[in-house]
Amino acid sequence: MILIYLILILLAGAFLAWITGKQNIVWPRIISLIALSLDLVILILYAFQSMPSDKDWLIDIKLDWIPAFGISMHLALDGLSLVMLLLTFFLGIISVIISWKEIDSRVGFFHFNLLLILAGITGVFLSLDLFLFYFFWELMLVPMYFLIGIWGHENRTAASNKFFLYTQASGLLMFISIIALYFAHGHSTGVYTFDYLQLLGTVLPSATAFLIMLGFLAAFLVKLPVVPLHNWLPDAHTEAPTAGSLILAALLLKTGAYGLLRFIVPLFPSEALTFAPVGMLLGVVGILYGAKLAFAQTDLKRLVAYTSVSHMGFVILGVFSFNELAYQGVVIQMIAHGISTGALFILVGQLYERIHTRDINKMGGLWERVPVMGAIGLIFSMASLGLPGLGNFIAELLILIGAFKANILLSCLASLGLIAATIYSLRIVQKVFLGNKNTDWKINDLTIQEKAVSAAMVIAIVWLGLFPRPVLNTAKPAILKTLNKQNEITYRACTPQPPQGGANTLAFKISRTEIESNILIFGKSISGILLELPQEEKIITPLGGKGGGNSGLWISSNFRI
Amino acid sequence: MSTIIVLIPAIPFLSFLILALFGDKLTRKTVGIIGTGSIGIASILTFIIAIGFFRSLPEVKSYSVSIWEWINAGNLKVDISFSLDALSLVFCFVVTFVGFLIHVYSIGFMEKDEGFTRFFAYMNLFIGSMLVLVLADNILLMYLGWEGVGLCSYLLIGFWYKEPKNGYAARKAFIITRVGDTAMIIGIFILFINFGTVNIQDLMQQASAKWVAGSSIAVLTAALLLGGALGKSAQLPLQTWLPDAMAGPSPVSALIHAATMVTAGVYLIARTHILFSLAPVVQAAIAIIGALTLLLAGFSALAQHDLKRILAYSTISQIGYMFLALGVGAWSAAIFHFMIHAFFKALLFLGAGVVILVLDEEHDIFRMGGLRKKMPVVFYTFLIGSASLSALPLITAGFYSKDQILWYAYSSLTGSIILWLAGIVGALLTALYSFRMIFITFYGEAKTEPSFLPGKLMTFPLIILALLSVFGGFVELPASIGNIHLFSNLVDNTLPTVVTKGGEGSEFLFQTLSAIIALTGIYIAYLIYLKKPTLSEPYSHSRINKFFENGWGFDKFYDSVFVKPVVWLSAIDKNDFFDLWNIGLSRLALFFNKRLSSTQNGKMRWYLLSLVVGIAIILTYMLSR
Repeated sequence: MILIYLILILLAGAFLAWITGKQNIVWPRIISLIALSLDLVILILYAFQSMPSDKDWLIDIKLDWIPAFGISMHLALDGLSLVMLLLTFFLGIISVIISWKEIDSRVGFFHFNLLLILAGITGVFLSLDLFLFYFFWELMLVPMYFLIGIWGHENRTAASNKFFLYTQASGLLMFISIIALYFAHGHSTGVYTFDYLQLLGTVLPSATAFLIMLGFLAAFLVKLPVVPLHNWLPDAHTEAPTAGSLILAALLLKTGAYGLLRFIVPLFPSEALTFAPVGMLLGVVGILYGAKLAFAQTDLKRLVAYTSVSHMGFVILGVFSFNELAYQGVVIQMIAHGISTGALFILVGQLYERIHTRDINKMGGLWERVPVMGAIGLIFSMASLGLPGLGNFIAELLILIGAFKANILLSCLASLGLIAATIYSLRIVQKVFLGNKNTDWKINDLTIQEKAVSAAMVIAIVWLGLFPRPVLNTAKPAILKTLNKQNEITYRACTPQPPQGGANTLAFKISRTEIESNILIFGKSISGILLELPQEEKIITPLGGKGGGNSGLWISSNFRI
Repeated sequence: MSTIIVLIPAIPFLSFLILALFGDKLTRKTVGIIGTGSIGIASILTFIIAIGFFRSLPEVKSYSVSIWEWINAGNLKVDISFSLDALSLVFCFVVTFVGFLIHVYSIGFMEKDEGFTRFFAYMNLFIGSMLVLVLADNILLMYLGWEGVGLCSYLLIGFWYKEPKNGYAARKAFIITRVGDTAMIIGIFILFINFGTVNIQDLMQQASAKWVAGSSIAVLTAALLLGGALGKSAQLPLQTWLPDAMAGPSPVSALIHAATMVTAGVYLIARTHILFSLAPVVQAAIAIIGALTLLLAGFSALAQHDLKRILAYSTISQIGYMFLALGVGAWSAAIFHFMIHAFFKALLFLGAGVVILVLDEEHDIFRMGGLRKKMPVVFYTFLIGSASLSALPLITAGFYSKDQILWYAYSSLTGSIILWLAGIVGALLTALYSFRMIFITFYGEAKTEPSFLPGKLMTFPLIILALLSVFGGFVELPASIGNIHLFSNLVDNTLPTVVTKGGEGSEFLFQTLSAIIALTGIYIAYLIYLKKPTLSEPYSHSRINKFFENGWGFDKFYDSVFVKPVVWLSAIDKNDFFDLWNIGLSRLALFFNKRLSSTQNGKMRWYLLSLVVGIAIILTYMLSR
């Protein structure tokens, strides 16, 4: 039940904030703070109670919702969702604090939207029912649309429309895919359900599976975002209020990455493998093109927004590398990017509050006036360029090594991103804090409150860079679980026999010791099973002498489990 | 023992933290004491370690200590762990001891600077990172130190941040070294993926066991690591950042851009020497790059007007000698020259710092002159430094260290007469530019009057370094003179001894030759720069000299090949051309919106007309079927 409470607390907080906000503008803030802190405490207490655990899911709760359609309230927590939720609540608290002074109109409604988004994100990270997942996916969208559209900067309307259209269109594609998967699974098994765990084993012709996967991919890749579907991001980030930018960059983008790990890879293991080279290429393109655009910007917020495109390129590259190192890197990258880019957006917000411009050509030489701000900016620019000792380095290192195992050329190209990141990050430091004073701003350095927020972010990024073990260990079982799904599609078949029952069937024996898990998947006896193969598939790749002593056959991507 | 090893880098880091967090609440005096004292303690600890190390030799050749597990993902297991052997001991000694002297000097040098605290914080961070670099027992931790010193170098080059050109120099240094570092990290990937570990000792053992000498993978990996070394040590073709790096305060140039960080490349190659001996092609390339760099930079040094830029090019050139030594497998000779170079080059930079400071930021040597009488301590120590740099025979340390390299450049198994020739021409150039600097700066008539004289805090380190620049050489004397091998005996505990061809000519003959060359160089400098300056005039104004002064046009070349295209590319696509299709789509929608809404104009006759036309079309269509 604890997982449902997490979401309910946020929802309750949201409505309370709205109601109280009509009388008083302090209550919504306090209520939001309490709701998020409560969630954080509950999560830490309960999750770490159940750790370490060898179960697939640390907490798993399933209640009926609309049983007629096989829709249930299925929420579950594993290491991956745990670290994402910790990030969500931590940054949620930060975003309330930083909005304390910035937001002074319709405060109640603002916090209503803020908490609603966070509730949606929490739901996305917990749902194991695809319908429920889609519900939460949409729940993130609408309040964010309001957040940008009401409290944003000059061009907020166009930006929020663009954000809405992009995410809504791609979300609908995913919904079609969810429905398709629902019916496909129902057809073949007779059980109509949206439950993730049951859908995992859906048998599909691979062309159909690929199409369905593309629907999911559309939603996740737009969210991440992938070049060339990234154009909503710079606009939305630039126009949103600081808390909005923070949540967009640090959390909303991560739902896309989470979706890739949680849904694409396990549901469509072989199709994802087919897509992998394209995926990795898109990642590299994102890294380099995002960096190039970041370098060109003169609006500081837009600049930071484009660095997100570049950093998320690493996530895409890692996801499609299909190995543990890369996946661990992806998890760290999600957190490290959340903190470092979030901190940079906060910094931009603080600057804007003081000098009312985001144009870096009007800045320069600010170090003299605001050295603490300068130091914070320096630290997070360094994080952004992947300086060892800070979290982003661990992430990029692991992703690049993992990618190197999968594709040497693309990994080397992605490494060039390190140089590109150096160029744009140093440009930020130079243009804002060093050099000539283009305008002689008389401004004050960070207040105690602002210092506290920045200090928390600095500690988090340094801790992640020097002691990433807790995060790595927490996420590890979830990652291995995901990867095992990937590995199961590659069978080693011993003792190949001549085809029986037509050209499209292949008879083979699987030795018990080698793939114990497959027995359960087939649900049949092992020896001499006949496997119907979809007609259009190429089946076997001979592979002599690898493992087991027998020269066997690898059957790959030819059927679905 | 192991706690002390941890403390050596930990204390500078701690004092960095104190200065960074509470620096604005401390007085200048306290800041100076904390900033300098921490390095002093680190250097005392290094001495203690050294004594223990010497006692336990030859049984125990290295100490390791692991502090915590850093990364554990998949098969990548990395600890924060240090290991100390003879090689790292030498580096530790130079970093902490020379570092300490430079810190003492900095108290005086930065006295009036508003960024006093910031300066010491950065300097402490640098020392800590540099110590991590040389003490790391695995290559990823070393990379952490490697990037850490790069960051400090960036921060300190751009220390006087209000001047945009300092910021430019700082970014140039960071970006160019990052290019090398990226090659290096790819090399690290290859090593890890092939051997499943990042521990340097294990890597080297496995490499020598599993990789065939000369195999393409060994060559590729060695070449990638070399890329990192070239960037950090400012060797061809990544040398262009160092002359500009002189924008930083002089103590920074002495510490980072002369004594320690720029020699990190030498350290890296020495540390992974097994890999490089598996890649003879790359090792030969190191020798050739070293030889070319020392010549190129030597010519450029001779053409500079800025006192610090002369020293910068000289540093590039001297590191070229170290690379030459590494390339011919004379490992201990390279490390020996590193140490001696650290002494005399730190001395020269600190001396130059004093000169520039008292002359109110005058960098041009042609506007100096006559300082010999006004600042005798600075003059004599600077003279000793220059003499050591020019390898003045017998009495200076520089002679012994450079002579060793020249000798091995010829006599080692992979050496050749051409490499030796490059070295000896370089030696002539060195003597020339060193004494050109001396004669023009300190002799002749005074063109700028010193505004004040340096205090004891600044002259004391000069004297110590001058002593080391003379007597530091006596720990290693060639077989023909003295035959003392304290240094190489120490370093040979870690690095292999140089293999010579055998049956080569007499070492003494070569020494005599290089001695003559050094003396000749000094004499020519005396002749053309002091006695008859008219002799050097035609060359000084020649176009070739201008070409050398500008660093052989490398900057211009890189600017037009890399910088301008990147800037151009980002300028033309600032608004992201992928956005065009969004704009197009919205324009299309708007277009139809206008067309369609114009039909709703509220005019009855228009509606009627369209009704009639519509009916007519439908009827025609139906009838014509």
